[in-house]
Amino acid sequence: MFPNRFEYRRPGSLAEAVQILAENPDAKLLAGGHSLLPAMKLRLAAPSTLVDLSQIEGLRGIAANGALTIGALATYNQVHDSAAVRQAAPMLADTCGIVGDPQVRVRGTLGGSLAHADPAADLTAVVLALGGEVTVVGSGGERTIAADDLFVDLLTTSLAPEEIITEIRIPDLAGAKMAYEKHEHPASGYAVVGVAAVLAMGDGGTIRSARLAVTGATAKATRLSSAEAVLAGKTVRTETIAAAAAAAADGLEINGDLYASADYRRHLVGVLTRRALERATG
Amino acid sequence: MSAILDPTRKLVGQPIKRREDPRLIAGAGAYLDDIKLTGMVHAALVRSTSAHGRIKSIDAGTARGMPGVLAVFTGEDFADLNPLPGAWTAGGVQNNVNTPRVLAIGEVHQVGDPVAVVIAENAYQAADAVEAVAVEYEDLGVVVDAKKATEDGAPQLHENAPNNVVLKWSCGKEAAEVDTALAAAEVRVQQHLVNQRLIPTSIEPRGSIGRYDPGTGDYTLWTTSQAPHVMRLLITAFVMGIPENKLRVISPDVGGGFGCKIFCYYDMALMLALSKKLDGRPVKFFEDRSENYLTTTHGRDHITDVEIGATKDGRITALKVDTHANLGAYFSTIAAGIPTTLYGRMVAGCYKIPNIRVDVTAVYTNTAMVDAYRGAGRPEAAFVIERVCDLVAGATGVDPAEVRRRNFIQPEDFPYDTGIGMLPYDSGNYEPALDRALEIVGYAGLRAEQAARRERDDRKLLGIGLSSYVEVCGVAPSKWIGLPGEGWGAGLWESANVKVHLTGKVVVTTGTLPHGQGHETSFAQLVADELGVPYEDIEIKHSDTLGTPFGFGTYGSRSAAVGGTAIYKSVAKVREKAKKLAAHMLEAAEADIVWEHGRAYVKGSPDAAKTIQDIALQAAVAYDLPGEMEPYLDETTYYDPPNCTFPFGTHVCVVEVDRETGEIALQRYVAVDDVGNVINPMIVDGQVHGGIAQGLAQALYEGAVYNDQGELVTGTMNDYAIPKASMVPTYELERTVTPSPTNPMGVKGAGEAGTIASTPAVANAVIDALAHLGVNHLDMPITPEKVWRAIGGGAS
Repeated sequence: MFPNRFEYRRPGSLAEAVQILAENPDAKLLAGGHSLLPAMKLRLAAPSTLVDLSQIEGLRGIAANGALTIGALATYNQVHDSAAVRQAAPMLADTCGIVGDPQVRVRGTLGGSLAHADPAADLTAVVLALGGEVTVVGSGGERTIAADDLFVDLLTTSLAPEEIITEIRIPDLAGAKMAYEKHEHPASGYAVVGVAAVLAMGDGGTIRSARLAVTGATAKATRLSSAEAVLAGKTVRTETIAAAAAAAADGLEINGDLYASADYRRHLVGVLTRRALERATG
Repeated sequence: MSAILDPTRKLVGQPIKRREDPRLIAGAGAYLDDIKLTGMVHAALVRSTSAHGRIKSIDAGTARGMPGVLAVFTGEDFADLNPLPGAWTAGGVQNNVNTPRVLAIGEVHQVGDPVAVVIAENAYQAADAVEAVAVEYEDLGVVVDAKKATEDGAPQLHENAPNNVVLKWSCGKEAAEVDTALAAAEVRVQQHLVNQRLIPTSIEPRGSIGRYDPGTGDYTLWTTSQAPHVMRLLITAFVMGIPENKLRVISPDVGGGFGCKIFCYYDMALMLALSKKLDGRPVKFFEDRSENYLTTTHGRDHITDVEIGATKDGRITALKVDTHANLGAYFSTIAAGIPTTLYGRMVAGCYKIPNIRVDVTAVYTNTAMVDAYRGAGRPEAAFVIERVCDLVAGATGVDPAEVRRRNFIQPEDFPYDTGIGMLPYDSGNYEPALDRALEIVGYAGLRAEQAARRERDDRKLLGIGLSSYVEVCGVAPSKWIGLPGEGWGAGLWESANVKVHLTGKVVVTTGTLPHGQGHETSFAQLVADELGVPYEDIEIKHSDTLGTPFGFGTYGSRSAAVGGTAIYKSVAKVREKAKKLAAHMLEAAEADIVWEHGRAYVKGSPDAAKTIQDIALQAAVAYDLPGEMEPYLDETTYYDPPNCTFPFGTHVCVVEVDRETGEIALQRYVAVDDVGNVINPMIVDGQVHGGIAQGLAQALYEGAVYNDQGELVTGTMNDYAIPKASMVPTYELERTVTPSPTNPMGVKGAGEAGTIASTPAVANAVIDALAHLGVNHLDMPITPEKVWRAIGGGAS
């Protein structure tokens, strides 16, 4: 459990951090470290340089103004405890309370989770379903990436090597119904399958639009577009929810492992979609 | 505190908080990796990536030139060290013993086999250099399954073990006799049972520090061992060929063991030999978790077929058990005794079964060695017989509780001989524990609720699982367990010394030792009561071969029943001597002396008493001793018990199973245990809690898995699911008390009961929930997907 040799840098500004990344192509950012450090100790990751973001000001704040803005270094516990988050996106607050274990929630960060893009992370699907976006800073300045465009493949995002997520924005979802349902791996605590559902509601109990995302079942957090299509414009009824659940796994390339086969995960995608929709609308 | 200081208050039976805990909780303990010696260097191992291969070449040239690296050695450098000893061969049969060397020479037989050792100034440098050592292997073919390993054409691990068979062993009646009974049975059931491989996962992994003193030629070994005296014997007399008195072995604070720290491992002699090669610089090896999972011993791994005969009213008339026990790549220290004496001879459980036959085939495979793991044979036996009870219930329609009741050995039957070679069960009264467990859980109500849910076609089904167990602790006497009988290579007695120093303070040294059990507390309670000195005045010393009398160590729930009795008897000797001296001091006849709470007085004159402290002073200053009496209150006992002890009880588990997903929720867990008299009920409760957690984890979560290349797929805690606090229920514990007649304290042992009882209780509960859907067995760990598939999920 001894990592390979690495340089440790602790920049005082984003500009300095970006410069270190640009100069060291295999450098890695250190936020909470709870995914990165175990990988380094197992020598599955061997970055030449760790860039500790902890001394950079302004990356931890949480602000609400209709939309929600969360600093990339806000820890799961901070997000979970934030009244603003609970008011604007209760599913996000709740999920930050069930990620990993207490140690992970004290150290782990929302920005770190999204940048790491673990195929079984909880927050990737949650932020994707919430229609979130991230602000990133790199050598070319600042840009915004929608969650829909952020997750590219297994542990791969559309961030350029020298780009750093600085904040996560969740749009104003006033009146939306939302819930995240998860089947947890007994060892890792990661999602074997997790389904996040967000329903924007129109008049008379109709669903104006639906955003659903799955994690754990696929190489990256993925929208459940078939289920979304079933729900859009419908009223909330048992039959509608059942139809969405039945369609949820359509078109997904689902993985299997020692704990759960692809068949079983496919089944869970349907069940958890139904349960998420029931809880969101219940 | 004042209550504890009061010598008239009886402490045995009181839930006194463990005196060890403030030190350990506050981080003031000293575990192996906390020890830093002057000049100490660090060893790291180059481990085989091949599960079965011939070593073609080892290139350590680059590694030798790396920063901080002092040396790299390979197996040939230690050709003068013997292979590790096999200390328990199965009794009465041929054992094809192949034990590992400190470093492999020529061939490797499992992924993780140590093939070279790097010594560096610090652990980081050693780890870096390990990666720079290049080893080439010629593939010799891999087999990981115990049954496949015995098939013709399977890769052969060792020359002297054709078809990879370590041994074939049996107990009970002749097969033909049992076959006849089976053929005559009204009801017959057959079942294939897999008791999957487990990884012990003590919080602290294993390691050793070796130091050689070039001046005296003495060696010192600090090692994470449950049995330091035995390690000293095995390392000196069997591995290194040096005099036993030239080695001192110290077990520092040990962070859990569950059996995996009983054994003689490669790193022990290797660190000593390395320190000698390095002119006495101390050398430390401490495995990381990945190495721990790969190469520290595993547990269980049985493949069993059972044939059962029963009457229509649920009485078991015949039982035939055929088991393949996977021992892994080599013969670990006591591996052969686990599936034979401690498994085969316990298969009858707490039932009167007239015809039993057990056949065991122990097998080598290209996997980590398997040896004793918490319960060691008895969990495997309990799983077989408790599944058998439920299978009989299913086949006859008799309630599972009633099946157990109808087959129980009765109180008047004790001592009871099961007829399969175990010593007679010492004492037992099985029905009250069953009745109480059923009463606490509300059995009749639960059965009604279960039926109602089935009737309503509820999504969440209810399952109730029972496990009535008996196990064997404090295994002895030496003449039974030893080489001519059950094959254990030495005795299994224990010793203890009790000294009352001049100031009245008491020091007890014991050959047993804690790795989490609370010996310092329980033993001090015992001595305080028996000697009448304040609890705070008693020190319990252990774990160092210098300064403690020989002991065989802590495992098999033997510390209290065997080691505790040695203390009890030493205290009694001290008391007898003190009474003699008191009589002299009081100028009275010894027969007139009354001993009460550490005070001796002449009958009728309690005010003119001599305290144990007065007497200790008199004994030590020795100005005026009677007759031939030697100075000092100092007594030693070597205690070899006349029998084992046999704790028992009934556990009941209640689960909810979600028909939609197969998810299992543990609703209730009731345990009524009988471990004989209890010294510290809080410590016993803690043992039961931990044991249940480990056992239910086998039922639902844990399972070590190898792929066809012999790679451990569950090689990290990310894949291998040890239970978290959130995954276990609240335990509802009670006890019945049936004292053991085997020892004067009437104790039986409580370290493993929870693990033994809980696995079948939980498995039976899940299977019970699905019984009406035609499910009569599921292999462990019973994952949600297995449940889902068993009730038709995934069927196309």
